[in-house]
Amino acid sequence: MSEKMTYAQAACLALQEAMRADPRVVALGEDLGRGGVFGQYRGLPQEFGPERIIDTPISEANIMGAAVGMALAGLRPVVEMRVIDFALCAMDEIVNQAAKNRYMFGGQGRVPLVARMPIGIWSASAAQHSQSLEAWFTHMPGLVVVTPATPQDNYGLLKASLASGDPVIYMEHKELWGLEGEVTAGKEVPLGQARRLAQGHDLTIVTWSRGVGVTLQALALPALAGIRADVIDLRTLWPWDKDAVYQSVAKTGRLLVVHEAVQASGFGAEIAASAAQETGCRVRRLGAPRIPVGYAQVLENEARLTPEKIAGAVHALLAQLH
Amino acid sequence: MTDERLLDLYRLMRRIRAFEDAAEIASQGGVAAWGLAASSKPALVRGPLHLSTGQEAVAAGVCISLQKEDLLTSTHRGHGHTLAKGANSSRMMCELFGRATGYNKGKGGSMHIADFSVGMLGANGVVAAGIPIATGAAHALKIRRQPHIVACFFGDGAANRGPFLEGLNWAQVYRLPVLFVCEDNRISATTPTDTMTAGEGVSARARALAIPSLKVDGNDVEAVDQAAARLIAEVRGGGGPRFLHAVTYRFKGHVSVDPGTYRNPEEVAAAKLAGPLRLAAGKLIARGVSQAVIERIDSEAQAEIEHALQVAEAAPWPEASAAYEDILNTGAGIWQ
Repeated sequence: MSEKMTYAQAACLALQEAMRADPRVVALGEDLGRGGVFGQYRGLPQEFGPERIIDTPISEANIMGAAVGMALAGLRPVVEMRVIDFALCAMDEIVNQAAKNRYMFGGQGRVPLVARMPIGIWSASAAQHSQSLEAWFTHMPGLVVVTPATPQDNYGLLKASLASGDPVIYMEHKELWGLEGEVTAGKEVPLGQARRLAQGHDLTIVTWSRGVGVTLQALALPALAGIRADVIDLRTLWPWDKDAVYQSVAKTGRLLVVHEAVQASGFGAEIAASAAQETGCRVRRLGAPRIPVGYAQVLENEARLTPEKIAGAVHALLAQLH
Repeated sequence: MTDERLLDLYRLMRRIRAFEDAAEIASQGGVAAWGLAASSKPALVRGPLHLSTGQEAVAAGVCISLQKEDLLTSTHRGHGHTLAKGANSSRMMCELFGRATGYNKGKGGSMHIADFSVGMLGANGVVAAGIPIATGAAHALKIRRQPHIVACFFGDGAANRGPFLEGLNWAQVYRLPVLFVCEDNRISATTPTDTMTAGEGVSARARALAIPSLKVDGNDVEAVDQAAARLIAEVRGGGGPRFLHAVTYRFKGHVSVDPGTYRNPEEVAAAKLAGPLRLAAGKLIARGVSQAVIERIDSEAQAEIEHALQVAEAAPWPEASAAYEDILNTGAGIWQ
């Protein structure tokens, strides 16, 4: 049975179910006591109390570090970082502690935690609340990186992340919180498995997070009339579904990677290079220019992914010679 | 304090000293002095070796009051804490030698020495990084209603990093069962800590957060034991966090290859005369314990560590394939 709900409500439902099923699951972060700044914990403080929905000091390093300690001492913490930009205050705890613990200590310890750190442009919030830093974390051995694009995936991937037993960097998108969709409770979405949204022979478009919706809008533009694309939502960036991408580009011979993050050194480069190396396909990337996100609308738009920019990139790829 | 307890503390400190002396020799290109390999062989302990020589009284004096189920986080200078928490010296030496039979399967080495089976959650290569982890572990114990506590060792240099303040504040806000132990050797790597620490020092920072603290002579193992035992009892009793400030001295450089020439040789010589082992041995003699008893403890410690060296040198290396293990389950082995 499915129910219509928002992306934020879907994650809340997933966490509620996990907390009911397993007393080891706790959540900690700033402002959780009032349901989270985006309402993504709404109702949970009332049901589970302050001992399991832990309202913390503004103390990102300790939030992440404490979650590592909690995980080592038998809990399964869900960390709220508010926005990914603030996770930079906890980089040692993420990169040197959470990601390395199991390896460095020869498997003696495990760090089963989910760190929720919303990515993406948050309109009019400027450079410190709008970043998409997924490439930083895909670069780091020891971390799983997840980027849900729909309410159903936000439900299913959060459940899968909680069950994985690994440190998971879980990236929701700030501008997807209100996105509505049908959610079937209990429906599993495995980590590491992409989703195909459209089928076509002309090219493959690989994207994730808010890039999914913008890509679908682009394909509906008159400028792309008659062009048929395989569209793949990666859903998990590490491990990423290489089979799905390679199979598609083996058919189409052309790959466009679309993401909201800065293009230079973005995760699109990894996909493009891997696919080209494996299949010899033609590749093109579309990401943001290497600029901070500006406040004024005209500045913000320069960094924003749009259907028109995607359409332009599709035409450029189709026109590209070997 | 009974003679027996002081003898136990002395024995523990002597084992730590013997372990670190042996590790230092092994890091210098051989263990000839121990009757094993020739000194022309390459170093058996590779990379940075951070010794706690001279600081043994803090590890021993705190850990003697801990139970096996209690947890502990440590610094990059963690051999003493690990032995004191109950780890096996042979498996520790295997780890320093990078062998598959080491506690971390050769993946961590000296700087990441750990024995989770006795609650020792790891040395850490990042100054102050163990503080938030200890705080979180204590938070978990409280949530899970487990009657144990966490001891969190860090150095004086750590008090100038943000995680120190964040962790102490957090532990006090939630009244967590954690004993913070500042093992104050008065030097931050190679720079005197008092030249770069504002205010009255670490205990004052704990007091500012209303965390009860005690300051002790960290070279006097009896003083450390008494203060730690009192604070640990208060933590165990549900009183929230406590802070122990133990002032000690590091005999050696920052790492084993560092001769420590930035220190006044007279100061070092004086510190060695007042070191924790000499101090404890003197007290035992004054109480009528015979020199023979002390020498037997010394030779037993020596024998234990010689055995550890033999075990470690004979131990197997990890397979190269082990480099790909213990990373992730999600996609492990497929996505390397």
